[in-house]
Amino acid sequence: MTQLNRIRNFSIVAHIDHGKSTLADRLIQSTGTVADRDMKAQILDSMDIERERGITIKAQTVRLEYKARDGHAYILNLIDTPGHVDFAYEVSRSMRAVEGSLLVVDASQGVEAQTLANVYHALDAGHEIVPVLNKIDLPAAEPDRIKQQIEDVIGLDAHDAILISAKSGLGIPEVLEAIVTRLPAPKGDRSAPLKAMLVDSWYDAYLGVVVMVRIMDGVMRRTDRIKMMQTGAAYGIDRLAVLKPQMVEIAELGPGEIGVFTASIKQVRDTRVGDTITHERHPCTTPLPGFKPAQPVVFCGLFPVDAADFEALREAIEKLTLNDASFTSEMETSAALGFGFRCGFLGLLHLEVVRDRLEREYDLDLITTAPSVVYHLHMRDGSLRELHNPADMPDLTLVDHIEEPRIKATIMVPDDYLGDVLKLCQDRRGIQLDLTYAGSRAMVVYDLPLNEVVFDFYDRLKSVSKGYASFDYAITGYREDFLVKMSVLVNDEPVDALSMMVHRDRAELRGRAMVEKLKELIPRHMFKIPIQAAIGSRVIARETLSAMRKDVTAKCYGGDATRKRKLLDKQKAGKKKMRQFGKVEIPQSAFISALKMDG
Amino acid sequence: MEDWQHGGFGLYIHWPFCASKCPYCDFNSHVAANIDQNRWLRAYLSEIDRVGAETRGRILNTVFFGGGTPSLMDPDLVAAVLEQIGKTWVLANDLEVTLEANPGSVEAGRFRGYAEAGVNRLSMGVQALNDADLRRLGRLHSLAEARAAFDVARSRFERVSFDLIYARQDQTIADWRAELREAMAMAVDHFSLYQLTVEAGTAFGDRHAAGKLRGLPPDDAAADMYLATQDICEAAGLPAYEISNHARAWQESRHNLIYWRYGDYAGIGPGAHGRLTFGGMRHATEALRAPAAWLERVEAGLSAELPRETLTRAEQGTELLLMGLRLGEGVDVERYAAVSGAPLPSAALAQLADLGMVEISAGRLRASKAGRPLLNAILRQLLA
Repeated sequence: MTQLNRIRNFSIVAHIDHGKSTLADRLIQSTGTVADRDMKAQILDSMDIERERGITIKAQTVRLEYKARDGHAYILNLIDTPGHVDFAYEVSRSMRAVEGSLLVVDASQGVEAQTLANVYHALDAGHEIVPVLNKIDLPAAEPDRIKQQIEDVIGLDAHDAILISAKSGLGIPEVLEAIVTRLPAPKGDRSAPLKAMLVDSWYDAYLGVVVMVRIMDGVMRRTDRIKMMQTGAAYGIDRLAVLKPQMVEIAELGPGEIGVFTASIKQVRDTRVGDTITHERHPCTTPLPGFKPAQPVVFCGLFPVDAADFEALREAIEKLTLNDASFTSEMETSAALGFGFRCGFLGLLHLEVVRDRLEREYDLDLITTAPSVVYHLHMRDGSLRELHNPADMPDLTLVDHIEEPRIKATIMVPDDYLGDVLKLCQDRRGIQLDLTYAGSRAMVVYDLPLNEVVFDFYDRLKSVSKGYASFDYAITGYREDFLVKMSVLVNDEPVDALSMMVHRDRAELRGRAMVEKLKELIPRHMFKIPIQAAIGSRVIARETLSAMRKDVTAKCYGGDATRKRKLLDKQKAGKKKMRQFGKVEIPQSAFISALKMDG
Repeated sequence: MEDWQHGGFGLYIHWPFCASKCPYCDFNSHVAANIDQNRWLRAYLSEIDRVGAETRGRILNTVFFGGGTPSLMDPDLVAAVLEQIGKTWVLANDLEVTLEANPGSVEAGRFRGYAEAGVNRLSMGVQALNDADLRRLGRLHSLAEARAAFDVARSRFERVSFDLIYARQDQTIADWRAELREAMAMAVDHFSLYQLTVEAGTAFGDRHAAGKLRGLPPDDAAADMYLATQDICEAAGLPAYEISNHARAWQESRHNLIYWRYGDYAGIGPGAHGRLTFGGMRHATEALRAPAAWLERVEAGLSAELPRETLTRAEQGTELLLMGLRLGEGVDVERYAAVSGAPLPSAALAQLADLGMVEISAGRLRASKAGRPLLNAILRQLLA
């Protein structure tokens, strides 16, 4: 048992690339938690994709033992939170599990939109925040300007920010000391009934589901039977441990402590982030506030490029679901793409991460259909339907009105690019909520429809700001708008995989873009092919792919027969990658390009 | 009767050398400073003996000297080769002996010798009828030389053909029409009219890949040039009997017809291909491409052929169709079924017929006038 005043729990708030993982590595190293010879860069990001993209998807934790300058030994629990807006709820839960944060800001780049959003989560959770300026040894570092920016933008006193270089190790002892002296100790009542927060959970091939908890009150023992208050399920604990960062078994966890347990839980789905865990026999009376079940907000179809891979895709999705409760899937059939799955995600990044994992870890080639948000269809009979797939849009006469999800988007951008960013937001049906300046950077806040953002907003934003804009959003609610289903017809045959929901005012533009793109992507045939975008039976955009005029080999003599024959055989193999729509063959690659959300 | 007899039997002899390499050419041609023509003669004779032994008793319909630039061959070499051929096979009464020639003044000086050796048809690589374009195509002759060489050829050979390339850099459809009419006026009875094809691995191919081959007519313009070619040639009495070949009646290249009618042909010389049927099995043959290696093997008394490929029935069907549909006469449907072991796919055929791309009449499948410029697409639909 550790005394509460010898524990500090903290997280690190930082923008991608501002050095969060490197700092975590340094803290682990300099407290001797992991021997130098076992260090590899960014220990906590265990997935390849996390390491490659420099983002954390699952919360990770590590328990550090630190001997402070006051002579006492402290337990420092670092929770490395997911760093992306798609996981905002998980971030907010992780934040509730700790008392303080290190705000890490790149000393030359300054505060980014994502940092801001996470700082607000930290402030919401009542954190003490210690500003840390990283990469102070780089020539471009401007600590004074960045300190001022932190004060202007976040309203946080930054005069005693710690200047460090996580890379070289400069300033790390000061960081450790500040964690002890400037962050508060946790509170909690050891004698009260057990009340623990479920911070995160993941699936381990050997141990089953591993559950991370923060003990608020009471004590969790290795021999306990516990109960999840939201699901009502009860389990006997098999194993209780702390992470250093490997599992080290422990007899009990007291108030303020963070650890993990296993309990023969089959699926991650059976554990809900934010749930309250208590004793089965002597439960606490009230659960912790703020629990929310995970809700997918972006949907898309995932289809195997090669229809023969459908079973492999099914198995891969089942395995992924074991470890990711927020990802949903159900079988879907498309005339264009065959058998696949309609999948739900917490956001676009989540979608990309899942797709990347399926392709990489399970070696699958996938076609991703246009991402769609969840629309609320208010039917004439008074009922409410959720629409996840434009292909399922019911007869319009049955629908009274349609609502779509809106977001509050925060964008930080150097003022050189402000005009283009504002234009982009306006073009995407945005409503400006706020515009402020901090130094040479502008902070713009917009109310935007989510469906405009899932289309190709990230990409356009990056391109109009030459990569300098940063972006973050939160879903704010649903609002009615004039939304229609746009379908695409190739040679008068509807192509279901290409239909999408769009705002009526934007339909012509989208339809035109789509038919123009398809005109480039579909190879010419022996006959001309009309390509149309339509709302119901009304055509809103049309292109005609003219007939192929000449495709013949000029010279073909005795020496060419073998080569020509082999070429035809090769084309026979290539034909498998074509999808037939009536008389028209559309290559798979055309779907991939037409649906590519990042353009 | 064996299937190859629908096409006949010919002999192709490849001379792999050129005075210089043209930027568009992807044939097996090499520039060599010193060529020992006697060594090459001995090698050709030895190969004629080898192939002759396998095909003894066949009637030889045609001989074709191709290249490279066969008009660099010493007329005595040509004579000796033809003499050996006469001793090896039974020659058809109307034996056609073609030689490809560059229309330069030096070459023209050898025409008489070729005629005396037994060549009775000359195929001249004129390629363009203006000096600027000849230079861009890397040709060594001028238009004046070509015209003079043509006149010499006309006086020496019963039959003369010449080649032109169209859809050249900066060529307009009006330019091509005028050039083609000028060519028609030259009283030629056979033309090969090729659309310029940029092949990978050629100088044009490299420049094209680097985006530096400028002024090529767009696809639609090239298609228009093809159509204009058909109109002008038909009006002049030289319809296309094959995609790129036009002739007055009975003036077709009988040697090339063997390829397109899927007959048998023996190939001699570096990189030469052949189709030879023995005991009902059709074989694809191919010789080593590099001239020095080919020569060494032959001189060592070894075969210069790569391992032969025995063609399956399906492969033979594919070749019959891809060669035969190039011809105005098309392909005998029954013959196709007999060769490939399966009839033509009826659904694909019906769809192509609906689109007006192919016609079947009197038991023959033909690409229609509309279908011919799209022959590759037709073949993909029928075979792929």
